[in-house]
Amino acid sequence: MAAHQAAQTLAEKVWNAHVVRKGDGAGAARQPDLIYIDLHLVHEVTSPQAFEGLRLAGRPLRRPDLTIATEDHNTPTLDIDKPIADLTSRTQIETLRKNCAEFGVRLHSLGDKEQGIVHVVGPQLGLTQPGMTVVCGDSHTSTHGAFGALAFGIGTSEVEHVMATQSLSLKPFKTMSINVEGTLKPGVTAKDIILAVIAKIGTGGGQGYVLEYRGSAIRALSMDARMTICNMSIEAGARAGMIAPDATTYEYLKGRPHAPQGADWDSAVAEWDTLATDEGASFDAEVFLDADTLEPFVTWGTNPGQGVSLSETVPAPEDFEDENARAACERALEYMDLKAGTPMKEIRVDTVFLGSCTNSRMEDLRAAAAIIQGREKDPEIRMIVVPGSARVRLEAEAEGLDKIFKDFGAEWRFAGCSMCLGMNPDQLAEGERCASTSNRNFEGRQGKGGRTHLVSPLVAAATAIRGTLSSPSDLDAPAASAKAA
Amino acid sequence: MEKITTHTGIGVPLRQSNVDTDQIIPAVYLKRITRTGFEDALFAGWRKDSAFILNQEPFSKGSVLVAGPDFGTGSSREHAVWALKDYGFKAVLSSRFADIFRGNSGKQGLVAAEVAQSDIELIWKEIENHPGTEVTVDLEARTVTCGSIIAPFAIDDYTRWRLMEGLDDIGLTLQHEEEVTAFEAQRPAFKPTTLPARYS
Repeated sequence: MAAHQAAQTLAEKVWNAHVVRKGDGAGAARQPDLIYIDLHLVHEVTSPQAFEGLRLAGRPLRRPDLTIATEDHNTPTLDIDKPIADLTSRTQIETLRKNCAEFGVRLHSLGDKEQGIVHVVGPQLGLTQPGMTVVCGDSHTSTHGAFGALAFGIGTSEVEHVMATQSLSLKPFKTMSINVEGTLKPGVTAKDIILAVIAKIGTGGGQGYVLEYRGSAIRALSMDARMTICNMSIEAGARAGMIAPDATTYEYLKGRPHAPQGADWDSAVAEWDTLATDEGASFDAEVFLDADTLEPFVTWGTNPGQGVSLSETVPAPEDFEDENARAACERALEYMDLKAGTPMKEIRVDTVFLGSCTNSRMEDLRAAAAIIQGREKDPEIRMIVVPGSARVRLEAEAEGLDKIFKDFGAEWRFAGCSMCLGMNPDQLAEGERCASTSNRNFEGRQGKGGRTHLVSPLVAAATAIRGTLSSPSDLDAPAASAKAA
Repeated sequence: MEKITTHTGIGVPLRQSNVDTDQIIPAVYLKRITRTGFEDALFAGWRKDSAFILNQEPFSKGSVLVAGPDFGTGSSREHAVWALKDYGFKAVLSSRFADIFRGNSGKQGLVAAEVAQSDIELIWKEIENHPGTEVTVDLEARTVTCGSIIAPFAIDDYTRWRLMEGLDDIGLTLQHEEEVTAFEAQRPAFKPTTLPARYS
């Protein structure tokens, strides 16, 4: 991302506006730039060692007013008013509370109305805004790129670095344009776009790049849907994903607690309007995807790139030319207990998980609720619904979505990361198969020996009804009586 | 951070692509609040299998991990690097590393050496046919040596320099603190702050 005087991409503009100090040298020997960080999000898992580092070095946390913490990874989604049963989880959360108190960091604890998954909380408070640099010790920080922010996950050493200096030493990223043109068919969502992108470019395809999602299909998406897409950029190996801000972005932000107000709003919008990639700006790589022909997409394997359209079959190792991909397929089929050639729609699941920073916002819950309303759950299926934040839970309850889920026989839980990674009690049992709206189907991710199929909220809902991986188009019409609700 | 210029140790073949950080260290081990003591957590799921490479002698004493492409994908957990280091690994060789993992390695003094897949294949054969064969990772020369194989590796110049000098990143940045302060002074007024807290 060199500082072109002429046409620049969105990512280059945000980068260039945050350079505190340009790295010395040129070419391969060029040192990293020092980049200013506008917002640092903190949670209990990747911060204790960073706070400890500050303490040991006698360093203050430079900008508590640009830092915010929430409890999400370890928090239980049941009985949240009781002490956390798991001692190590409880200790980690108590450590966050002590550290935030000591260093003056705003914290939204379990039970607080603003508690929730860190990537749901930032946007809903209006703290995530266009043109910002946002970091967090969590790879799904890419979510915030949906606002035209440059947002990326960092390790604990970098967390400590940001705490101490409000900046990071970074080499510029390359830029990749992901063009998605056309109109999505009914039943096809943002989740299907991003799963198809990852299957196309692979889990390493985005390595070293910031992805910018562009095109008419992206412009047509809501902010919740844009967050789903940017969220999974990391699953393609990219550090960040971005979408240029537009009227949809501004409409979402206006009136949020930390959005600019009055004259500040006008100055902000004037600045945000300049962020879009200039005409004639060049990307280091370009990818094209046709939205018109896209179908619901699901994964069959143990990395997010191992996906196919729901109407297809489980691939065979021989389908892959690359030796490593073939070996990975063989291993994945064994772990997932799947036979090559099985239609995806014949795969029976045990559990449906609706939640995670990928798909736990209002639009996701509404979409799933609209499908299940008036229909019956497969009696063998366990369905767990975990809103992304306490506020999402409250909003959903105000709309009566909780009642729809409960009437259907799903479990309506409190907010957190939950079964996406099973750091709390929400885990799959050995051999249990799950249709999950989360982001990673790695071996053991949702519980030791658990098997994960990544799906959209619509596919999750339809699967809960039919018991096998399904899309809404596979369903009969709902019972007439419930349609009016 | 300890200075590193070269390291020599037993090479461990891990014939697998897409070794994600959930495999390197499962989430259940991330609840600890310390920075050390993660050796038991390394590849905890796979180590339950007696056939796993780290359960075989002499590979259990290895310190150079030779892995397939796309090593360290997924979660940003630096615990993955801590677990590798605590176990005794000093270097990982792969044809492609996930960005965050590579960055975390550089901060913690674990050498993430990018070696062409064709050379990885040669090294795999060598260390499998002659278990216990040592691999030398030379940061100065940017080469990996194993038996008669000498392969170049790629590593970012800045990371290499920091590893060889054993430099602390925060200390380096704080030398430019005045520039950070000057930058802060000209940030637009509309940029949000988390404090004082506002609620809906």
